[in-house]
Amino acid sequence: MTLSILLIVSAALFSIGLLAALSRRHAIFILIGVEMMLAAANINFIGFWRFNPQPQPTGVMVAIFAIGIAAAEAAVGLAIVIAVYRHYRTTNVDELTQLKG
Amino acid sequence: MNTAAFVVIAVFTLAAALAAATNPNLMHAALSFALAFVGVAAFYFFLGAEFVGLVQVFVYIGAVAVLVVFTILLTRREGEKHRGVNWSGVLIAIAVFAGLAWAIVKTPSMSITPPQIAPLTVKRIGEALMTDYPWPLMGAGLLLTVALLGALILAMEDKRE
Repeated sequence: MTLSILLIVSAALFSIGLLAALSRRHAIFILIGVEMMLAAANINFIGFWRFNPQPQPTGVMVAIFAIGIAAAEAAVGLAIVIAVYRHYRTTNVDELTQLKG
Repeated sequence: MNTAAFVVIAVFTLAAALAAATNPNLMHAALSFALAFVGVAAFYFFLGAEFVGLVQVFVYIGAVAVLVVFTILLTRREGEKHRGVNWSGVLIAIAVFAGLAWAIVKTPSMSITPPQIAPLTVKRIGEALMTDYPWPLMGAGLLLTVALLGALILAMEDKRE
């Protein structure tokens, strides 16, 4: 159990989130992919805090603030999905082409 | 630290995340998303950040997962149309993972074992929040208030004419 193994696991979680954000067509799941990438970053922060012999809890603080901000982002994102659905009757991002040049 | 427990948590988290990223059934994918965040919270507990793990459980499994399920139910018409695998997305994800893993493996100072540290109590976290991070704390509170009001206004029924 070394820091590099933890970082590789969080890199894998980040890549899975990227895969969800790139290959999903449903707007909610693009948001979920972004949340997964944020969680991977948080695991890195906690990991670097745990493997640092100094006692400052900086990594934990960053993770707590990041969770709060991610919750705000999820609330606004889901509200946007509902508003878009009300206007266009779809949540498929491939069909939302009104701004396409 | 217990390597077997780490492997179990890692496999569980990554499998649930992969299911959330690829399952065409929206409701199953949303539940896999909740499971993946249970795994992330287990990582925090495993690393000794119990408070962050609890916050993760409350915020993600308690609030965000429920919000996602409600949004799916409110907007559902038909499931995602079954289309072929998006190979460009898979390729980009694999390339990003390969690049990150290469950078991690090539960095020699990353292969260290965890040192003995004093357990981080909630009292210590509260003291740090109130003494070292008061402005970020207030900024986060303001941001949450503004974001929730904004979300309410965005999702509100448009009552004009």
